Amino acid sequence: MLKRVHFPASLLPYLLVAPQVIITLIFFIWPASQAVYQSFLIEDAFGFSTEFVWFENFEYLLQDDHYRDSFGRTIFFSAAVAFLSMSFALILAGFADRVIRGSTTYRTLLIWPYAVAPVLAGALFLFMFNPTIGIFPYLLEMVGYDWNHYLNGSQAMFLVIIAAAWKQVAYNFLFYLAAMQSIPRSIIEAAAIDGAGPIRRFATIIFPLISPTTFFLLVINAVYAFFETFGIIHAVTQGGPANSTTTLVYKVYNDGFIGLDLGGSAAQSVILMFLVIVMTVIQFRFIEKRVQY
Amino acid sequence: MVENRPLLSILAHIVLLLGVAIVALPVWITFVGASHEAERMLQTPIPMLPGDQFFVNLRQTLWGSGLEGTNTAPVWMMLMNSMVMALMIAIGKIAISLLSAFAIVYFKFPFRMGFFWMIFITLMLPVEVRILPTFEVIADLGMLNSYWGLTVPLIASATATFMFRQVFLTIPDEMLESARIDGAGPMRFFWDIVIPLSRTNIAALFVILFIYGWNQYLWPLLITTDTDMMTIVVSIKQMLEAAEQSPQWNIIMMTALLAMIPPIFVVIAMQKLFVQGLTETDK
Repeated sequence: MLKRVHFPASLLPYLLVAPQVIITLIFFIWPASQAVYQSFLIEDAFGFSTEFVWFENFEYLLQDDHYRDSFGRTIFFSAAVAFLSMSFALILAGFADRVIRGSTTYRTLLIWPYAVAPVLAGALFLFMFNPTIGIFPYLLEMVGYDWNHYLNGSQAMFLVIIAAAWKQVAYNFLFYLAAMQSIPRSIIEAAAIDGAGPIRRFATIIFPLISPTTFFLLVINAVYAFFETFGIIHAVTQGGPANSTTTLVYKVYNDGFIGLDLGGSAAQSVILMFLVIVMTVIQFRFIEKRVQY
Repeated sequence: MVENRPLLSILAHIVLLLGVAIVALPVWITFVGASHEAERMLQTPIPMLPGDQFFVNLRQTLWGSGLEGTNTAPVWMMLMNSMVMALMIAIGKIAISLLSAFAIVYFKFPFRMGFFWMIFITLMLPVEVRILPTFEVIADLGMLNSYWGLTVPLIASATATFMFRQVFLTIPDEMLESARIDGAGPMRFFWDIVIPLSRTNIAALFVILFIYGWNQYLWPLLITTDTDMMTIVVSIKQMLEAAEQSPQWNIIMMTALLAMIPPIFVVIAMQKLFVQGLTETDK
């Protein structure tokens, strides 16, 4: 933590930490405490009077069907995004690990979607699935399937899931490939000599050995799907149709900035903060068990 | 490869090429969309092969008024705003993290651990969960529609501080001892030894943070009401809304393309640093 040899205390270290500490206080600690404080208040629609109501906002939220639906929806969305992008990345990494020449080329060709902003990923998929001119609705119509995600809630959900998963494949692929390449070749070779085929080796040796990476990616993907997919949802569906794609973060934005329900939005923020803290603790608690690259 | 199975190797290449094709498809369609006339993009099926209007569209998007019926700024201006924002976030984060990590590792002073935990807590407060109160702070400080308002609230970063702390801890103690014998003060040691030794880490972090900064969406969306301050990533949403009245998909797709080229270029050109940065910071 601290160097054995170090400089003595003076004014200097305080000056060095000052920029970060001041920014943290003004833009992190203060707003967060404000969110906690506001979550205990109810303000009337014109902002004339506020009333301190303890946990009423939270009670209201937990009884609100819209909120509970959006909670369940967010969990479904995150699970679907994590499963889709991780399994796709795992398959690709498994094959890329086999290829002797060209695995770096494939890596280059697969990692760039990481750099695409979520809202742009949304725009791209919106264009492909646009009910009037999109290529996929056109193809689907030929087989007699009617696509209109502006009207159909499950289609809208499907669209935001694949757009979010598409962007995340790059990240998962990179970590899976690194994990597989760090497995000692001698283990794989010994199994091969004992007569285990490629599929058997993958199922009984490679997959168990990279399970720490899988766990790590599960947490990262959940955080991504919870918090970083706002842009995708905002661009593609705006939470609709009929709230069918309103996730928790989207609801905080919508209730706070569009609905102007300050207390309710703040209470939702506090619940989200709690979720982030849980996820961060999980991530740090298990991070030492991760494989070394 | 362990055993020689030509069929399996061929299968591996086929699956990988298929994967690359699936991943690249949305961008290919965007590129094709950006290379046709607006009228062509309204007829189904839309083309799958590029047309000859790419440079016409590029010129119109970059220097023209952009999309009809929207009040977005010219695209070149938004590209510049995005660039300034991404650079300010990346450089600002690196600068303040370097300084605070240096103080925490190399000095013994009261409240050292208190500061450390305060920085740690920022990890648990992503901008998405504190949008409204942070917005109020920025509004009270009169920082709406400014580069400072866009960047400063995103600049404090626990991950960068942790990473630099980790890097500094690997610097041998003998370095500091010999520097002190030679009469170097703390800041001299910082500039002449610590910074040069962590140069690749700084570069790797810069790559990640540049992409992070460029791709910010929710925060600029709230902070910029003035079209002159709009970033390119935010403008896409406005264009998509306008597309419902006057669809000019060629211009929209060209703008989308321009918005993703800089960060993609950074990833591909600095791939090694990018991978290092990603695995070191764990986000």
